[in-house]
Amino acid sequence: MIQAILVFNNHGKPRLVRFYQRFVKEIQQQIVRETFHLVLKRDDNICNFLEGGSLIGGSDYKLIYRHYATLYFVFCVDSSESELGILDLIQVFVETLDKCFENVCELDLIFHMDKVHYILQEVVMGGMVLETNMNEIVAQIEAQNRLEKSEGGLSAAPARAVSAVKNINLPEIPRNINIGDLNIKVPNLSQFV
Amino acid sequence: MLGYDISWAAFNIIEVMSASKFTFKRIGYLAASQSFHEGTDVIMLTTNQIRKDLSSPSQYDTGVALTGLSCFVTPDLARDLANDIMTLMSHTKPYIRKKAVLIMYKVFLKYPESLRPAFPRLKEKLEDPDPGVQSAAVNVICELARRNPKNYLSLAPLFFKLMTSSTNNWVLIKIIKLFGALTPLEPRLGKKLIEPLTNLIHSTSAMSLLYECVNTVIAVLISLSSGMPNHSASIQLCVQKLRILIEDSDQNLKYLGLLAMSKILKTHPKSVQSHKDLILQCLDDKDESIRLRALDLLYGMVSKKNLMEIVKKLMTHVDKAEGTTYRDELLTKIIDICSQSNYQYITNFEWYISILVELTRLEGTRHGHLIAAQMLDVAIRVKAIRKFAVSQMSALLDSAHLLASSTQRNGICEVLYAAAWICGEFSEHLQEPHHTLEAMLRPRVTTLPGHIQAVYVQNVVKLYASILQQKEQAGEAEGAQAVTQLMVDRLPQFVQSADLEVQERASCILQLVKHIQKLQAKDVPVAEEVSALFAGELNPVAPKAQKKVPVPEGLDLDAWINEPLSDSESEDERPRAVFHEEEQRRPKHRPSEADEEELARRREARKQEQANNPFYIKSSPSPQKRYQDTPGVEHIPVVQIDLSVPLKVPGLPMSDQYVKLEEERRHRQKLEKDKRRKKRKEKEKKGKRRHSSLPTESDEDIAPAQQVDIVTEEMPENALPSDEDDKDPNDPYRALDIDLDKPLADSEKLPIQKHRNTETSKSPEKDVPMVEKKSKKPKKKEKKHKEKERDKEKKKEKEKKAEDLDFWLSTTPPPAPAPAPAPVPSTDECEDAKTEAQGEEDDAEGQDQDKKSPKPKKKKHRKEKEERTKGKKKSKKQPPGSEEAAGEPVQNGAPEEEQLPPESSYSLLAENSYVKMTCDIRGSLQEDSQVTVAIVLENRSSSILKGMELSVLDSLNARMARPQGSSVHDGVPVPFQLPPGVSNEAQYVFTIQSIVMAQKLKGTLSFIAKNDEGATHEKLDFRLHFSCSSYLITTPCYSDAFAKLLESGDLSMSSIKVDGIRMSFQNLLAKICFHHHFSVVERVDSCASMYSRSIQGHHVCLLVKKGENSVSVDGKCSDSTLLSNLLEEMKATLAKC
Repeated sequence: MIQAILVFNNHGKPRLVRFYQRFVKEIQQQIVRETFHLVLKRDDNICNFLEGGSLIGGSDYKLIYRHYATLYFVFCVDSSESELGILDLIQVFVETLDKCFENVCELDLIFHMDKVHYILQEVVMGGMVLETNMNEIVAQIEAQNRLEKSEGGLSAAPARAVSAVKNINLPEIPRNINIGDLNIKVPNLSQFV
Repeated sequence: MLGYDISWAAFNIIEVMSASKFTFKRIGYLAASQSFHEGTDVIMLTTNQIRKDLSSPSQYDTGVALTGLSCFVTPDLARDLANDIMTLMSHTKPYIRKKAVLIMYKVFLKYPESLRPAFPRLKEKLEDPDPGVQSAAVNVICELARRNPKNYLSLAPLFFKLMTSSTNNWVLIKIIKLFGALTPLEPRLGKKLIEPLTNLIHSTSAMSLLYECVNTVIAVLISLSSGMPNHSASIQLCVQKLRILIEDSDQNLKYLGLLAMSKILKTHPKSVQSHKDLILQCLDDKDESIRLRALDLLYGMVSKKNLMEIVKKLMTHVDKAEGTTYRDELLTKIIDICSQSNYQYITNFEWYISILVELTRLEGTRHGHLIAAQMLDVAIRVKAIRKFAVSQMSALLDSAHLLASSTQRNGICEVLYAAAWICGEFSEHLQEPHHTLEAMLRPRVTTLPGHIQAVYVQNVVKLYASILQQKEQAGEAEGAQAVTQLMVDRLPQFVQSADLEVQERASCILQLVKHIQKLQAKDVPVAEEVSALFAGELNPVAPKAQKKVPVPEGLDLDAWINEPLSDSESEDERPRAVFHEEEQRRPKHRPSEADEEELARRREARKQEQANNPFYIKSSPSPQKRYQDTPGVEHIPVVQIDLSVPLKVPGLPMSDQYVKLEEERRHRQKLEKDKRRKKRKEKEKKGKRRHSSLPTESDEDIAPAQQVDIVTEEMPENALPSDEDDKDPNDPYRALDIDLDKPLADSEKLPIQKHRNTETSKSPEKDVPMVEKKSKKPKKKEKKHKEKERDKEKKKEKEKKAEDLDFWLSTTPPPAPAPAPAPVPSTDECEDAKTEAQGEEDDAEGQDQDKKSPKPKKKKHRKEKEERTKGKKKSKKQPPGSEEAAGEPVQNGAPEEEQLPPESSYSLLAENSYVKMTCDIRGSLQEDSQVTVAIVLENRSSSILKGMELSVLDSLNARMARPQGSSVHDGVPVPFQLPPGVSNEAQYVFTIQSIVMAQKLKGTLSFIAKNDEGATHEKLDFRLHFSCSSYLITTPCYSDAFAKLLESGDLSMSSIKVDGIRMSFQNLLAKICFHHHFSVVERVDSCASMYSRSIQGHHVCLLVKKGENSVSVDGKCSDSTLLSNLLEEMKATLAKC
C-alpha cells in the first residue's frame, strides 16, 4: 500500500499532497515539513530510500523519492511494495505528467492542480497501484478530457458557482508568484521494471 | 485541501458530486476524496448518489465514483455498496473492472463480512484476460494475504501458475512477494519455489524482479530447516547476486543489496562473512543510509577473532562522524555488537570497559544511559573484572570532563550514575577509597540531575562504611573520625537539594552519620554495624521476572482476605478493621526460621508435582536456585585474571593497547595448548593410538580472559513460560482473518438494497420477475440436494482441501498453463440487483460442487498412482482429469500432458450467429440415476440475449428434472441474461432409467436477441447426446480390490482391437481417462488395467495393451450391453488417435 504521495519544490512548498490515510490538517503539514527536511539533506547521488519517517506508520514504512529539477516526488509506502518498482512508478508518473502537459514544469502543477490529481488517480487508486502502462494512462486521461470538452468545460459552470468562488474569503490569495519556470527535465532513466 | 480546511463545504461538495456533467462530477469527487473521512457527517447522504454513478452508462462516471469512493469509504458505505461494486467486477470494460477489483480491498477492510461472498469472484479475476485487471486482483489478494497468509495457502497453486506464465513484472513482483509471506507457513512450498525462482534470477534483466526473487529465495531458505545441504548452491547464488548489487554504482541497488544481505545473515552468517571486506568498505560510503545498513550487517559478522578489529574500525568512524544521529547510531551499534548474546564474543572485558570509557568522551550523545547500563551489567556479571572496573570508574568520578558542563551534555552524565554505583557497591576493590569519597562529595556534584545525586548519596555511605571498616581494622581511630567529619561537613549540601529523593536520603544519612560520630567519640567500634547495612550481594533481575513469578498454590488473589464488609458499616470503622486484620496476618507472611524445613518439604513436593505434570515446561536450573541451595557467593566460579594483563592501566586507558595485549595473550594460550597437545600426543604415541584432530585455531579455541557469570535470564524460581500475544487487538487487518476455503453458507450474501431506484427499474426487461419466480423453485430443489451433499462432504471437505494442496506440493513437475480461462459469469450492469445476487450464489455453489464431488477422488487416485510410479520416474506424466480441463484449473493446477493439446470435456452442442452452446455431462454418485448437464452459452452477437428458455423432449428413458407443477412441454428458463461477448454456464439435472445404452434427446433453445434496432425472437435446435461414458464416474480402485473383482467371475467379457495408433501409450491412457472417466489401477510397461464405475454401480474393468501399431482393449463389466456400448465408444475415440 502507498500511504502518501507528496510533491514539493526545493523550498519545501507543497505542490501535491495526497494522503491515503486520514491525518488532520496540522499533522499533514507537519509530515510535509519533516519529509522535506529529511529529503533536503540528501545529495542527489545517494540512494533514494529513507527509512523511519516517524510520522507515518512506523518501521514498516519507507520514503521513496526522486528529485527532478525543482521538485521532489516522495512516495511513502509499506513493505508490500517493491522499492525499485515504486521508483519506476514515480518515473512513470512524471513522464505521464510530461506527456499530458507537454514539457511539464512546476507552474503546471500549481495552475492545474486538479489535472495533476486526475492523472495521479489513473496511476494510483486508494493507495494501490492501478496502472503502470503509460500509454494506457494517457489514453484514459485524453478520453476524459475529450468528454469534458464535449460538455463545454468549466466555462459552462453555473453563474452561481462562479460568483460563489469570487466571494470566498480566502485568507491570502498568493500574488506575484515568482518561480523560475524551469521545466522538469525528465531524464531517460534506465528502467528497473 | 491545499492546506486549507474545507470541512464547511462538505455539503456543497456533495452538490457538485451530483451534477449531471462529468466535468463537475469529477471536481466534486476530487474534492470529496481530499476532504471526506469517516468523521464527515454528511457522508451518509452520498450513498445513493454513488450507487447511481456506479451504475451509470458512462464508464468515466463510474470510474470517477470508484476512485473517489476508494478514498473515503466508510463501514456504512462499504456495506451498502459492496454488492454494486461486486457487480462491477464483471463489467464489460476492463477500465471499470480493474477499479472495482482494487476498491474491493478497501471494502473488505471496512466491512469484513463481504470478503467471503466476494472472494470467489475475486479469485476469478486472477485469470482475467485483461492484464490490468489481473494485476489489480493480484494486488488485492497480496494485500489480503500479507496480513493473514495462512488463509490464502490454498491459492498457492494458482499463483504458482501465474508466476510461471506471467510476463508482467509488476504482477510477478507482487506474486513473488506474496510467496515470501507464504513460505514460512508451508516449507514444502518453498522447496517447490526454489527452482523457478532461481531460473528467474538467472534469466531476468529487471533489477527489481531480481531483487524480489532473491528476497523470496532467502525467505524460503529461512523457512527450510537450516540443515539442508543441497541448498547451499542457492544461498551462494543469492549472495553472489547481492554482491553484484552492492558493487553496483547505483546507490539504490547498493542499499537494497545490503538490506537483503542482512536477511541472509540471520540464518547463514557464514556465507555473508566471506564478504566482510565489501561491507567494511560500505562503512566509508558517503551515503548515510548505506552506512547504517552496513552497520546492521556488521552486527552479525563479528566473531571472537575479529571483534576487536571491527570495533576499532567503528571507533575511528565515531571520531570522524559529523552528524550526531549517525554517531549515536554508531555508538548503539558498538554496544549491540559487543553485548550480543551475553557478551559471547568478548574475550577481554578490560578492553570492553575501556571502550565504554572512551565512548563517554563523545560530545552530546543521547545514549549515556546505554553506556551506563552496559557498565553496570558488565561489572555485576563479570566478577573478575570488578577490580578493574572500579578503578576505571573512580577515575571517571574524579575526572572533571563529565561534570564540566553537565547541563548541556545531560546525556552523557548518566554514566556517572553507573560509576557512582559501581564504586559504592564494590568499594572493597578501591585502591584509594578516600580519594574517591572526596570526589563524590564535591560541591559540583549538586549540579547533576536529581536521580544521579540520589545514587551518589546512597553510595557515598557504602564507601564510607568500607573506609570505616578499613580504618578500624588498622586501628586508626583518628582516621575514622576524620572521615566521619568529612561526611558531616559535606552532606548538608545534598540536604538542601531541590530533589525530594536526594533530600530525603541525605537527611536520613546525615542523622545516621551524626549518630556514628557520637558513638565514635565514645570509642565504640561501629564499623561492623555500619557495613552490615550493605551486607549481601545484589543480583541482576530480568525485566520480566516480576511478571513471571507464579502464583503459589492455594493463593487466590481474587478471594477476600477477610469477610466481605457489609455496606452498612460506617466509613470510619473500615480502616481500623483492615489494620486489625493485617496485624493478625503478619506472622503468616513472614515464615520464621523454624519454618524453613516445612518450606523445603513443600518445595520438594511441588517439584515432584511439576515433574509429573506433562504441561509444565521445566526450566534449566536458574542461578537463583543455586543461590538458594548454597547460600553465599563462594560457589560462583571466579576465574583467575590472567596476570599477564596489567591490572592497572594508568589514567584513562586507550582501548587500542588491549588489542595488542590480547593478541599476545591468545598467542600464549595457543602455545600452551600446543604444548599440552604435544604432551598428549606423546602419551598417545606411547599408547600406540593416533589422535585424529588437527590443530586448527577456530573460534572456540579462544578462551575469554574473564567469565560472564550469569547466562540465563534472571528469572524467579518456577517462572512460568508465557508467550504474550504481541498482536494489537485493534489491528484492522485482524478482522480479515477469515477462512476462505469453507463453502459459502446460504446466509452469507451481500446485503441488497431492498427498494430499487427509479433509474434502475427502468431497465428494459419487465418479464424478469416472472421468470424469476419460475426459476426459483428448481433452485430450491437443487439447493436442498446440494445441501445434502454438502452435509455429507463437509467433514471431508477440510481434509480434501489440505490434500489438494498436499498433492500439489508433492508433485515435482511444474504445472503447465491453464487450457482455457474459466467462463466469466457476467451480467448486465443494469440488471435487477436481486437476480444478480441469486446468480452469484448459484455460481458460487456451482463451483463448490465442482470442487466437492468428483475431484478429490481423482486426486486420490493420482496420488496413489504417483506413489506407485515413484520408483520408476519422477516426472511421470499424469492423465488430465476431466475437471480441470473443464475450466476449473483453479484448485489444482495439475500437470497437464505436455504433448497433448489442451482438451476440454465440453463438446459442441449447437451454434448459430447469435449463440454457441457447449455442454458437459457428469454423473453423480449420490443420486444413482441422475446426471448433470452443464451447458455453457456464449453470446457471439452484439445484442443482449435474454428470456432464454430451454425445452427438451423427454424420452421414456431420460427425463429432464423440471420445476414442480410445470408440464413436459414447458421450457425451463435459463437463469441469466447474456450481454454481448459474455458466456455463462447453466446446469440441468436429467433422470435416466437405464444407462446401458447411449441416448439422444432433442431440444430447442429459444431466446430474445435485443439490440439497438429492436428485439427478435430466435431459436436454436440441439441434440443432447448421452454417451455411455458419461454415466461413468472416475473412481479410484486399489489393485487388490481390482484383482478380487476380476476373480469373482460374475463379470461378462468383451474386447476390441484398434489398428494404426501412433500415439504414445501414456497419452493413450490419458485420453481414456479423460474422455471415458477411467482411472488407472496398475501399469506395467505397455499394459495397463483400468477401472471405473457407473452411476448405477456397474463395475467396469479394462485391460489395455499396446502392440506395435495397435491397441487392444479387453473389458469386463457386470452388464454386457453397457460394456459393448462402452467399447464401441472407446473404439471411436481411439480411432482418432
